[in-house]
Amino acid sequence: MRLANVLQLGVKELRGLMRDPMLMVLIVYAFTLSVYTASKAIPETLNRAAIAVVDEDQSPISSRIITAFNPPYFSIPRLITQSEMDRRMDAGLDTFALDIPPDFQRDLLAKRSPTIQLNIDATRMTQAFTGGGYIQSIVSGEVGEFLNRYRDSTTVPVDLALRARFNPQLNKSWFGAINQVINSITMLSIILTGAALIREREHGTIEHLLVMPVTPFEIMASKIWSMGLVVLAASSVALLAVVQGFLAVPIEGSMVLFLLGATLHLFATTCMGIFLATMAGTMPQFGLLLMLILLPLQALSGATTPRESMPAIIQDIMLAAPNTHFVILAQSVLFRSAGLDVVWPQLLSLLGIGAILFVLSLRRFRQFLR
Amino acid sequence: MSDRPIGDAAAVVPVVRLSTVGLTYGKTAALQAVTLDMPAGGVVGLIGPDGVGKSSLLALIAGARAVQTGHIEVLGGDIADAGLRRRICPRIAYMPQGLGKNLYPTLSVFENVDFFGRLFGHNRRERERRVKALLQSTGLAPFADRPAGKLSGGMKQKLGLCCALIHDPDLLILDEPTTGVDPLSRRQFWELIADIRSERPGMSVVVATAYMEEAAGFDWLVAIDGGRVLATGAPAELLQQTNATTVDAAFVALLPEAKRRGYSQVVIPPRPGTLDGNVAIEAEHLTMRFDDFTAVDDVSFRIERGEIFGFLGSNGCGKTTTMKMLTGLLPATDGTAKLFGHEVDPNDMDVRRRVGYMSQAFSLYSELTVRQNLELHARLFRMPRDAIASRVEAMAHRFDLVDVMDSLPDPLPLGIRQRLSLAVAMIHSPDILILDEPTSGVDPVARDGFWQILSDLSRKDNVTIFISTHFMNEAQRCDRISLMHAGKVLASDAPARIIERRGSASLEEAFVAYLEDAIGEVKAAPLVAGAAVAPAPATEPGEKEVAGRGGASQLLDLRRMLAYTRRETLELRRDPIRATLAIVGSVILMFVIGYGINLDVENLTFAALDRDDTAISRDYILQIAGSRYFEERSPILDYADLDRRMRSGEVSVAIEIPPGFGRDVSRGKTVAIGAWIDGAMPTRAETARGYVQAMHASWLTGKARELYGAAATAGSYQLEVRYRYNPGIKSLVAMAPAVIPLLLMMIPAMLAALSVVREKELGSIINLYTTPVTRLEFLISKQIPYVALAMLNAVLLTAFAIFAFQVPFTGSLLTFACGALLYVVVATAMGLVISTFMSSQIAAIFGTALITLIPAIQYSGLIDPVSSLQGFGAFIGRIYPATYFVNITRGTFSKALGFSDLADSFLPLLIAIPLLLGLGVALLKKQAK
Repeated sequence: MRLANVLQLGVKELRGLMRDPMLMVLIVYAFTLSVYTASKAIPETLNRAAIAVVDEDQSPISSRIITAFNPPYFSIPRLITQSEMDRRMDAGLDTFALDIPPDFQRDLLAKRSPTIQLNIDATRMTQAFTGGGYIQSIVSGEVGEFLNRYRDSTTVPVDLALRARFNPQLNKSWFGAINQVINSITMLSIILTGAALIREREHGTIEHLLVMPVTPFEIMASKIWSMGLVVLAASSVALLAVVQGFLAVPIEGSMVLFLLGATLHLFATTCMGIFLATMAGTMPQFGLLLMLILLPLQALSGATTPRESMPAIIQDIMLAAPNTHFVILAQSVLFRSAGLDVVWPQLLSLLGIGAILFVLSLRRFRQFLR
Repeated sequence: MSDRPIGDAAAVVPVVRLSTVGLTYGKTAALQAVTLDMPAGGVVGLIGPDGVGKSSLLALIAGARAVQTGHIEVLGGDIADAGLRRRICPRIAYMPQGLGKNLYPTLSVFENVDFFGRLFGHNRRERERRVKALLQSTGLAPFADRPAGKLSGGMKQKLGLCCALIHDPDLLILDEPTTGVDPLSRRQFWELIADIRSERPGMSVVVATAYMEEAAGFDWLVAIDGGRVLATGAPAELLQQTNATTVDAAFVALLPEAKRRGYSQVVIPPRPGTLDGNVAIEAEHLTMRFDDFTAVDDVSFRIERGEIFGFLGSNGCGKTTTMKMLTGLLPATDGTAKLFGHEVDPNDMDVRRRVGYMSQAFSLYSELTVRQNLELHARLFRMPRDAIASRVEAMAHRFDLVDVMDSLPDPLPLGIRQRLSLAVAMIHSPDILILDEPTSGVDPVARDGFWQILSDLSRKDNVTIFISTHFMNEAQRCDRISLMHAGKVLASDAPARIIERRGSASLEEAFVAYLEDAIGEVKAAPLVAGAAVAPAPATEPGEKEVAGRGGASQLLDLRRMLAYTRRETLELRRDPIRATLAIVGSVILMFVIGYGINLDVENLTFAALDRDDTAISRDYILQIAGSRYFEERSPILDYADLDRRMRSGEVSVAIEIPPGFGRDVSRGKTVAIGAWIDGAMPTRAETARGYVQAMHASWLTGKARELYGAAATAGSYQLEVRYRYNPGIKSLVAMAPAVIPLLLMMIPAMLAALSVVREKELGSIINLYTTPVTRLEFLISKQIPYVALAMLNAVLLTAFAIFAFQVPFTGSLLTFACGALLYVVVATAMGLVISTFMSSQIAAIFGTALITLIPAIQYSGLIDPVSSLQGFGAFIGRIYPATYFVNITRGTFSKALGFSDLADSFLPLLIAIPLLLGLGVALLKKQAK
């Protein structure tokens, strides 16, 4: 009989959700458009980087170097004078400024090893490092080709065959799309359960439930399964139709294993949604709380930046968050097609975190109802 | 102001003239072609149940709502004219519906009245005198320091009246001022109004009320139903016209035929065989304490099976709490509650199945249809599956819901929704019904229909009914009633016996007498003295010479503006959630983003598959292992091991050195080293690729020197790379200064937006509509406290960046501070602009987050320089203020710049401020639409 209550109440939640157009729109948006834009929004690391050149040599080699910088990696180089250089970099107009000294070509041919100066605005981290590397290789290439006509090379004949696995082209749209699906799963499961509970309280319907022969456990379980199911279904559709179909991202791993992980993750996050809703009380407070919780969850889970570059203490704290484990699992399964033998620790962690959150929020929920 | 009507002469000129006034909300018509003149100098009452258009009409007259169709003349001018509204608003006072709706709950009684005084431009001495006089005469003086939110309903209404009267209005508009207030407070309220009128005979009062008894005492009545005027005239005229004895009956008689159909006087047959000793509900010394406040104090009663037991008392007297304890929703602090002889146990599912409960507000699922609601509850009460359909049908017939079975509850009239609530409470045929104010807001005809059902349930089905109500005529129908006040039961007996015992003429008088006994000590306070014929002494001096009314037409009045600023600051100080978000939230977010958007790639795990294992190959591996970017793991054994470890993510970079590598290198034969990088995270992979290539190149150079001697090292040229502003290329140095603009945009904008939207949601925005404060004053005054708060934030964030993140600050601090000030003014102004088109707090939060976060993160140079953006993104980047403040923070933090270098970034911020404020003023409405 108790299971029947959980089922009935869950069906009620689903009906309620269908009648809430705003939330439906949010769900559809989060799993379609938002995934699409996320996959397209991440720009290539080096995109139209602003570069300026101070050409004090005015020789064939210097003009050769200047014309080697082209879109899409670089903007067409702006020719400036030395005095302009500092001012323009201070104002943030250029990220890179290349200074070719006078008599560069003459010194080069005379094997006097002249020096080109490359100024990089290192406050622009995204471009500074990769761009610096690109510029180095471009300049080297041009100088090398120029010199090849004059002398032999003396280099060690060792090649480096560098390959990227799992995403050979380092296509960022794959990463962005999958990442957004993960973020949407977390965000929606927390918002849907939390909002469902607060809505019941604000409309007074929760009181009504409690004078009926249903227990807090049943109420909570019904919200968890119904909202979890909605998010799970939406994310499967998103992965199959949007990510695999529309964006044509090859998913190597097992969808079943990923969905199993997602189910456990949803168990934990829906409990968290209920927990937050009992903390907040009103919808605006819930909204504010959500911001403070969701942002760290997403930013520090290892989805946006690799975990290993965070301070050790943050890495340890984030082990308590379900996202961290889910992100590891999702990347292993979907990109590296890892199997159960690889991701079982993540599954166990998710189950454990979910169980703890369930017990905690059930306790809070009982108090909240008083 | 000289044309203020005095005495009888005023009766000729109506104070309010309406001609063919209509008002629609979406598709529903609230008012239809209302034409009437209200006489001046008296009390005009609007009567009718909830939701018939009374409040809309009053809001139109007060100028709080924009006129849609028709013409309204108030105090001799067209209220649709904004100029006139500004001129006459100091002569009108408007008290909206809802207990203390235009008050500020966290502000004290004194602060509330004082705020209104400031709005009307009174100077300090004038204000103090007036506030003191008003609080004295209303009996609120002893509670001057209590927050308005903690006052009882009656006191809130008196405070509302004080706020309305502070500027000596000529027209006082009161929207249901006594709903939810106990009879004594109600009486005191009207005595207060009578006093004020006796002092200022020229003042006209327009009142809406749902209490027909009150209406009998007014000078002139307007009966309204369904947005139309049914009749107008003095109460006596209306009674005569309809041949009725009470206004209640007169109103029913005035209703159109269709509504009256089926109406008959409710007669509840006397209970047969009373006192059969079968007790259904029993409460013994029930007590409920919340912290230091006792909501229910030692309440005892016994209710017999089949009895109708009434609970009477004001809002907040403990009725609902008592009911909740009986249903097990609240555990009692002390005492016991028993149902059918069993103590109430919240976990006892069997008792729950015998009780039906209907709470105060409509609390069914508005997203389920009427039928789905009934079925859900039937199932939850574990009725047998096959019995459900017939039971639902039966309830639908009994409660006359057949026609609406498949509609959603929300659009249904209140009377039908109340019947649905009752049907749901009855679905499982309970033995006890606990009904918490089931009839408030329901029109008299529907109310009587409801009572007919209750009568049948009690007398025919022997259901015990425990009901609370505000209406005396309903109380009179109960078998027994309890009078409650401040958590205590004052009397408990049959209504007739209670009247008899006090020797009163009516139940209401008896109740008032009990209340006066209960709060004897207040009797000495001036509020009862004020009820005497003599005018309250404190309100005498200088009433006629109205000081400080001027300034209404000025665009920017410093006193009015600071009134709002002061109030906003007080509220902010008393709201822990918002303050926490503002202060702690931003620091937490800074911390999170600083580490979260970390672009350093360090400690990459790498392992080698060394199939050569010579000195040269080991040297190659050592070169990589020795760098700070890589962290070596145990060597890879074979391809399967490589595959497994890369799949699990244990190794991010794998190096394979082919057999015979050392030999081939020495011989100058071409060999290739294999390197695999985990591409699952492309950004990291790209950086890793760069590292590996660099490492390889530097190994080659080293090797070449070894093999070919110094000749090889003299490279063709040198490339000298200078990483400027951030020599260590630390992510935090780059990110932290850019995160400050992001947070200083999002949080101040959100707080500013919330501050206005909150007023919209809670109703106090009405004070913008009906007081002389201008839109510019309103916006700027709202902005000031949040600018101050944001500056505090800026200080905290900067300190956090410098001390916690160890980001060096190299430029001019003064430049940075000025930039920050301008920027937060822009940010708060953006929030205010957003607030003008958001109506709920939750929408404001998400809307502001959307509008601020995305441009600030993606288009303002936080990650990608604005100079690299293209198309629409570049356009947003160029007009978005964060772009320029990012330049200022990076310039002052990392580039050691000052004012002269950053002038180009200051200019756009200076332009944005008046632009945004102007937009805000243009979009903000000075009337509800």
